[in-house]
Amino acid sequence: MARQIGEVIVDLQNISLRFGGVKALTDISFNIREHEIRSIIGPNGAGKSSMLNVINGVYHPQEGKIIYRGEERRKMEPYEAAGQGFARTFQNIALFKGMSVLDNLMTGRNLKMKATLVEQAFFWGRARNEELEHRKKVEEVIDFLEIQHIRKTPVGRLPYGLQKRVELGRALAAEPNLLLLDEPMAGMNVEEKQDMCRFILDVNDQFGTTIVLIEHDMGVVMDISDRVVVLDYGKKIGDGVPDEVKNNPEVIAAYLGTQH
Amino acid sequence: MFYREAGQFKTSYGADQQILPIRQDRIGMVVLLAVAFLGVPMFASEYWFSAILIPFLIFALAALGLNILTGYAGQLSLGSAAFMAVGAYAAYNFQLRIEGIPILVSFLLGGVVAAGVGILFGLPSLRIKGFYLAVATLAAQFFIVWCLTKFPWLSNNSSSGVISAQKIIIFGHEFNSPQDKYLLVLGIVVVLALAAKNLVRGNVGRSWMAVRDMDVAAEVIGFRIMRTKLTAFAVSSFYCGVAGALYAFCYLGSVEPDGFSLELSFKILFMIIIGGVGSILGSFVGAAFILLLPVLLDVLLPALSETLSLPVDGASISHIQTMIFGALIMFFLIVEPHGLARLWQIAKEKLRLWPFPH
Ligand SMILES: Nc1ncnc2c1ncn2[C@@H]1O[C@H](COP(=O)(O)OP(=O)(O)OP(=O)(O)O)[C@@H](O)[C@H]1O
Ligand SMILES: [Mg+2]
Repeated sequence: MARQIGEVIVDLQNISLRFGGVKALTDISFNIREHEIRSIIGPNGAGKSSMLNVINGVYHPQEGKIIYRGEERRKMEPYEAAGQGFARTFQNIALFKGMSVLDNLMTGRNLKMKATLVEQAFFWGRARNEELEHRKKVEEVIDFLEIQHIRKTPVGRLPYGLQKRVELGRALAAEPNLLLLDEPMAGMNVEEKQDMCRFILDVNDQFGTTIVLIEHDMGVVMDISDRVVVLDYGKKIGDGVPDEVKNNPEVIAAYLGTQH
Repeated sequence: MFYREAGQFKTSYGADQQILPIRQDRIGMVVLLAVAFLGVPMFASEYWFSAILIPFLIFALAALGLNILTGYAGQLSLGSAAFMAVGAYAAYNFQLRIEGIPILVSFLLGGVVAAGVGILFGLPSLRIKGFYLAVATLAAQFFIVWCLTKFPWLSNNSSSGVISAQKIIIFGHEFNSPQDKYLLVLGIVVVLALAAKNLVRGNVGRSWMAVRDMDVAAEVIGFRIMRTKLTAFAVSSFYCGVAGALYAFCYLGSVEPDGFSLELSFKILFMIIIGGVGSILGSFVGAAFILLLPVLLDVLLPALSETLSLPVDGASISHIQTMIFGALIMFFLIVEPHGLARLWQIAKEKLRLWPFPH
């Protein structure tokens, strides 16, 4: 591949997260390098989604540090994380149900729009230019994901697989530099999975976007990841390139112990 | 001519993003506006202006305001009438206390004051949702009406808070006749409806709907929940405020705080439920339905009871009216929860394919 894995952009140090008595994450450290595909795997309830929520500010860990591009990040809200170029998709589709595909994708551009309320009310000045300019960008994403035929469809009417694709589109429309994907292929058939894999690889390759991927399909994970981190019961039990992780006895035990 | 978009290819995103992308719709809108501005004044009677058309437009505006908040941003409110009251009393006070202030500026400022009050009462929405928020806006409803009665300064020390709207003079012309007032109200409502349409299809509209549909995802994509909700409260209350000012100045002439009751708030809520939650058109259709139905029943019921020679007195007629009204509202909630505007949309979709539905 042409892309070069760069330096560490997000460094998570000793993260612990509790919900009341439940320890969702315990003392977890790992890092994410620029341009890589970094997967997080682990059995159900291991804390994978919680980890993504910590990275983009939905949850605030009780302990630990998050270093972003060399600087310790203060407690950050999700919209601020979005401002830094973090985008994500959700395990359970979280599209805006009442809006069309196009409008869902346009929301991805919101932070780049500067028109005031009055300008928007009269579709005048910046408002008009921005709508057109960002529509162009969104159309690029639509072409990239091959969803031209459904651009005006309300997302609620789409089948599951396409909804997942639109959700990826909404994240891509933000032109993120860090893309967090929470089980983007869950519940898809083989063909849909292949498409999704192709999109993820293309995004990574063409735009150099760093990707954090949660996925249960081991074949896919081992195939496309640069490095994999393994969680079990909120603890990190493995971290490394796919081959290393595959042969890690603790990882094998965790998977044999819980899934079979 | 068929209602169809065939042959009307969009060659630019600008063309595709027009408010009415289909030519027939654009023609329809022009015709409608021509009828409203030119046709109606030629034929309508004074009764039609002052008892039907003016209140229709004013309530459509208020319903539009509520629809922005409830339909687009998903925040239920029972305080619309109170925000109308704020607009009415604020406009009155601007006229009263600032020498030579243009009346349109007073209306505008009435809306702005209502927007400010709306933001204040929108603050609880940052913590509470749905039913509990509705209760909080109920507090706004009672508190505002109470304030207007309690502080005589607001009504220039008139008894029980009654205010009489000042004359409407614009560029030396006095808007006195029902027809003049109708045209004034129509102009304001058309401009504000257009602005609302622009808002809901732009970035701010998307932020409202995003927060309505999935607030966590909205925040993750970069919308600030707090700002988004408060903007919705502000814009919604602005619309209700201007509607309130028009209600006082162009419809009733004199108003009292108790006129802006909870009942009125509910009436506006029914308008958007029947017309269509989350639809600009629905606000107008709903207002027309709620205002015209009683008029229609007034005419029909006595006629009906006469032909059937049933002994029905005036009191029972009004009871029957209420019952029919309630039954219709329930009927709509069950059969078409998206309101009359949705029926219209479905009809258009069918028409687009007619006569070859496959
Ligand atoms: N908002 C929350 N409130 C309370 N507990 C939570 C919350 N979010 C997660 N948890 C708990 O944290 C633990 C880890 O959950 P998480 O969703 O991160 O797991 P996961 O690895 O993503 O699992 P899955 O594969 O099922 O998606 C679970 O025990 C879960 O019940
Ligand atoms: Mg999960």
